[in-house]
Amino acid sequence: MLVNFKRVTTLVSFIRRCSTLSKSLPELTKDRYPNIKRGDYAELNQNHLDYFHGLLGQNRVLSDPSDCEMYNIDFIKGVRGYSQCVLKPQTTEEVSKILSFCNQHRLAVCPQGGNTGLVGGSVPVFDEIVLSTSLMNNIISIDNISGVVVCEAGCILESLDDVLREKGLMMPLDLGAKGSCNIGGNVSTNAGGLRLLRYGNLHGSVLGIEAVKANGDVIDCLSTLKKDNTGYHLKHLFIGSEGTLGIVTKVAVHGPSKPKSLNLALLGLHSFENILQTYERAKNDLSEILSSCEMMDERSLDVVTSHLKLKSPIGDFPFYMVVETSGSNEKHDEEKLNAFLEGVMSEGIVADGTVTNEPGKMRAIWDLRERITEGLLHDGYLFKYDISLPIKEFYSLVPKMKERLGSDASRVSGYGHIGDGNIHLNISVPEFSPDILKKVEPYVYELTSTYKGSISAEHGVGFRKPPYIHYSKSENAISLMKDLKKMMDPNGILNPYKVLPS
Amino acid sequence: MVRVLVGVKRVIDYAVKIRVKPDKMGVVTDGVKHSMNPFDEIAVEEAVRMKEKKVASEIIAVSCGPPQSQEVIRTALAMGVDKGIHVEVSGSEYETLQPIHVSKILAKIAQKENVDLIIVGKQAIDDDSNQTAQMTAAVLNWPQATFASKVEKGDKELTVTREVDGGLETIKCKIPAVISADLRLNEPRYATLPNIMKAKKKPITKMTPQDLGVDISPRIKILSVEDPPVRQAGVILPDVDSLVTKLKEGGHIP
Ligand SMILES: Cc1cc2nc3c(=O)[nH]c(=O)nc-3n(C[C@H](O)[C@H](O)[C@H](O)COP(=O)(O)OP(=O)(O)OC[C@H]3O[C@@H](n4cnc5c(N)ncnc54)[C@H](O)[C@@H]3O)c2cc1C
Ligand SMILES: Cc1cc2nc3c(=O)[nH]c(=O)nc-3n(C[C@H](O)[C@H](O)[C@H](O)COP(=O)(O)OP(=O)(O)OC[C@H]3O[C@@H](n4cnc5c(N)ncnc54)[C@H](O)[C@@H]3O)c2cc1C
Repeated sequence: MLVNFKRVTTLVSFIRRCSTLSKSLPELTKDRYPNIKRGDYAELNQNHLDYFHGLLGQNRVLSDPSDCEMYNIDFIKGVRGYSQCVLKPQTTEEVSKILSFCNQHRLAVCPQGGNTGLVGGSVPVFDEIVLSTSLMNNIISIDNISGVVVCEAGCILESLDDVLREKGLMMPLDLGAKGSCNIGGNVSTNAGGLRLLRYGNLHGSVLGIEAVKANGDVIDCLSTLKKDNTGYHLKHLFIGSEGTLGIVTKVAVHGPSKPKSLNLALLGLHSFENILQTYERAKNDLSEILSSCEMMDERSLDVVTSHLKLKSPIGDFPFYMVVETSGSNEKHDEEKLNAFLEGVMSEGIVADGTVTNEPGKMRAIWDLRERITEGLLHDGYLFKYDISLPIKEFYSLVPKMKERLGSDASRVSGYGHIGDGNIHLNISVPEFSPDILKKVEPYVYELTSTYKGSISAEHGVGFRKPPYIHYSKSENAISLMKDLKKMMDPNGILNPYKVLPS
Repeated sequence: MVRVLVGVKRVIDYAVKIRVKPDKMGVVTDGVKHSMNPFDEIAVEEAVRMKEKKVASEIIAVSCGPPQSQEVIRTALAMGVDKGIHVEVSGSEYETLQPIHVSKILAKIAQKENVDLIIVGKQAIDDDSNQTAQMTAAVLNWPQATFASKVEKGDKELTVTREVDGGLETIKCKIPAVISADLRLNEPRYATLPNIMKAKKKPITKMTPQDLGVDISPRIKILSVEDPPVRQAGVILPDVDSLVTKLKEGGHIP
């Protein structure tokens, strides 16, 4: 009766991950949002399919409705398109030929990576052809000295990270969706995540990009240099443009060194004020070894403890923080961390907590924070907001929305990247209702705007927020964006109905 | 109330990928994250719960191993153990240290410290011996209750539920006794910050096997350590036709 400990724990986590929900399909986007009209695009016909079959073969063109289904529905099951064609190119050349063909025939295209996007940008609104990068997943090169990795857009973030870690390096970004999201999707959304605080955003760590424009032109800006000031910095146009200006096919990313020493603390706190004090202390006391600083309120933690049956290792508090340090010297880091923890505990800023450097325990603590997004799906329908606010106002939307919605909402919760001033506000309702939507939007954006925050901190604009982009960008800025879009994609075939207001 | 002794071994963390040394004489341990053997954590948890229920009066944690073993003793102290004993064994001696040696050490300490109950993990996840509890009971001539998934203390005896092949067995045994903890005995707690701080002030006594009069000269010689056979990498095929072709090529189907 020798039960192997490793086997048991892997099995448990496997079963856990299999227990996803099987729910009925969400309503078609065209029906739920009747105000949005299909653009003047061609409809897919047999000739088009014949061309794609000729280019990609039978197996990399999906046209069976059941094969296409998962590409039509987004992660949070909030929107659903009815595309009847999914293309899976393997090379930049194939992407170029597809786009050039679609541009000539005015066929709209929706680029898709791991389909973990949270703003409905990664799935068709109507019948746009889905261009999936999932088969473009080769790593082209890794330079051990500079840390630069060059790879194709469809590489899964976690797989890249695993390969880099073997070489003493790591990816500069990490997020809950790492097992599914693609680096191309990360770049296209300028994804932030759990370590932005330490390693900065992708505008800094992406060194080069190869992308294909709507007309099929390949733009080679795949520099692997840290410094390259020749001409305009075109790569930034593709970072965060959510597939509306071009399709990213290759990426060069700067991977920092993998830390030799890691520590993780989970803290319980009595008030949001205490979170601010703790964050300030963490910045000062831990400075260069601080690698993540996250917060969650009790209702967010409840999502993973009640729906996903995870266990919190500490008692119940209104607020929690996850503080991570990474460095190169265990003794040094532990000494700093202990001094910090002793300080905040003895001053009563932190009520309770735990700290560990054991990988299994660190994973368990991270799961409490990272699996909130997944757990929230069990609540029913979600109104999800991803908002940047001045740090003092970080939490202010949560009580305001709670009060406004009263019993309409089954849960109003807030968690996120306190170190980056980015909160994820989630309003759970048993099911979608236009009346509740009207209570929430645009109020939540107006409120954000009065605090001078951003209505999209890291998830992007996608399908959900174009009408509200003006809350965070001036008229002239939006008009310049439109000019750029017109210049780069005159027929508007790339990811229509997304990002820019009509 | 009983006095409890728990064994805590420092092992490579279960989440770490194990690598065999190039000379095949052991596994790489330098710079590799170590933690308390998970089954020992369960043993510690059980002892601490006994103390919380006022069944136990004092808990002592013992670790045999190199100086870094004190880290797992500290963890045990932070979980609620009262004092630690570090029996220092390092270098080549540690590589050949086996349950036969550890059980004698535990037995000696149990006698010296007047303990009534020894709880150890059912096995250590590094060399999977599953012998220490049994041998310790033999050395002391105490009853043993192995693979425990539930422990209840009566007046002068224990009722222990054991995980055996095909089900659960419930036994009674007299105290003093040796228990080995199975996976489902309990779910170990995380040390809380106040307890981690308090643990820094709890005492750890250092001694050697010689101090205890235990001979740890090797009984075995390691001939070689090998990686398990590598599984061939899988391939993802685009469709059923190519799957059938592949299966035919490999001679798996006619
Ligand atoms: C001793 C010395 C050391 C240097 N070391 C470095 C170094 O380590 N790294 C480095 O990168 N450079 C270095 N430089 C170059 C130079 O200092 C930098 O390029 C600096 O950023 C230029 O700033 P400036 O205000 O002098 O700009 P200027 O020289 O006045 O202008 C530079 C360019 O920017 C344009 N420009 C200036 N202001 C504006 C504005 N507000 N809006 C739009 N366009 C504008 C100008 O038209 C011009 O094309 C060094 C120069 C010297 C003399
Ligand atoms: C559990 C969970 C946790 C998350 N946590 C975070 C977080 O902490 N921080 C964060 O920023 N986001 C987070 N997200 C959101 C999401 O994971 C990120 O936006 C991610 O970068 C999307 O990558 P993807 O490959 O899934 O892209 P998709 O969802 O497939 O696409 C996202 C957008 O990019 C476009 N796109 C995709 N690939 C390309 C390409 N090659 N070229 C051009 N356009 C392309 C799509 O058209 C779409 O508009 C989370 C999501 C989940 C489900």
